Amino acid sequence: MKGVRWSLWILVAFVALLGLFALQLSRPKHDQVDSAMIGQPVPPFALAAAVPELPGLSTADLADGQPHLLNVFASWCIPCAAEAPQLAELKRQGAPIVAVAIRDRTEDLESFFQRYGNPFSRVGKDDTSRIQFLIGSSGVPETFVIDGKGVIRHQHIGVIGPEDIPDLMARLKAAGR
Amino acid sequence: MKWLALLMLALAAPAFANDSLPPAPYAYRQLDDPKLEAKAEALMETLRCLTCQSQSIADSDASMAGDMRDEIRRRIAAGEKPEHIRKWLIARYGDYISYEPRVTSVTWPLFAIPLGLLLLGLVIVLRRFARRR
Repeated sequence: MKGVRWSLWILVAFVALLGLFALQLSRPKHDQVDSAMIGQPVPPFALAAAVPELPGLSTADLADGQPHLLNVFASWCIPCAAEAPQLAELKRQGAPIVAVAIRDRTEDLESFFQRYGNPFSRVGKDDTSRIQFLIGSSGVPETFVIDGKGVIRHQHIGVIGPEDIPDLMARLKAAGR
Repeated sequence: MKWLALLMLALAAPAFANDSLPPAPYAYRQLDDPKLEAKAEALMETLRCLTCQSQSIADSDASMAGDMRDEIRRRIAAGEKPEHIRKWLIARYGDYISYEPRVTSVTWPLFAIPLGLLLLGLVIVLRRFARRR
């Protein structure tokens, strides 16, 4: 009798373990590293201009009273080219977009903008990925919603697809309140 | 179809993550002071590379890992404590960036379960011996 009770417990534990596996396997895969800086102000930084025709980017430019989209990109990043039409659409809908070019060259950026358009009002130049460490960005492209006080409100990891535009516009609007 | 191709490109991003700038000064150069370098090395081996997540930044040739090594070596050279740098990075990327095991509200079962099983085994063995006598 005692032996039966023991094996029953083992069976229950085994089924519980299977249940746990099934639960975890049914969850969508999440292999991105999310920024832990959401809700925090952008740390102080000042980046020189990446292209001569547009100014660089600093913390003060982000905390100028109006919310911004901050796009972290590079001309050597192919997904960044893929999201260019969506950035153009966001700009058309009135989103102020500033950018940081990671480990990039002026001439490469110029030809990138010529091919894919330039939706940015400012482009800072970061040759050592330091801005990414400051705001918890783990790759390119990434897009952050920054409110008028310079506080990070949202992080979008990876390419902006057409389906992401309404969400980003809504978050930008929410950041302006 | 076009979007599928773009999606595949997006997913394959790390393979394309190649910029043409030279690596940061301390990405591949050790610190001159061997003691400081050992400190930096020990820290870098326990930090996750963000673009190639199963490697440490000491193992990775991703440019972002190189930039992080540069950042860490400079800070160690400036006298910052390794654990302070680790905390700074965890504040930005969460626990996931550190390979160093920590007991938290999420990880405690990993430490508690082996202890519990050990105790259970001990109880079973003791009861068997007691029965035999």
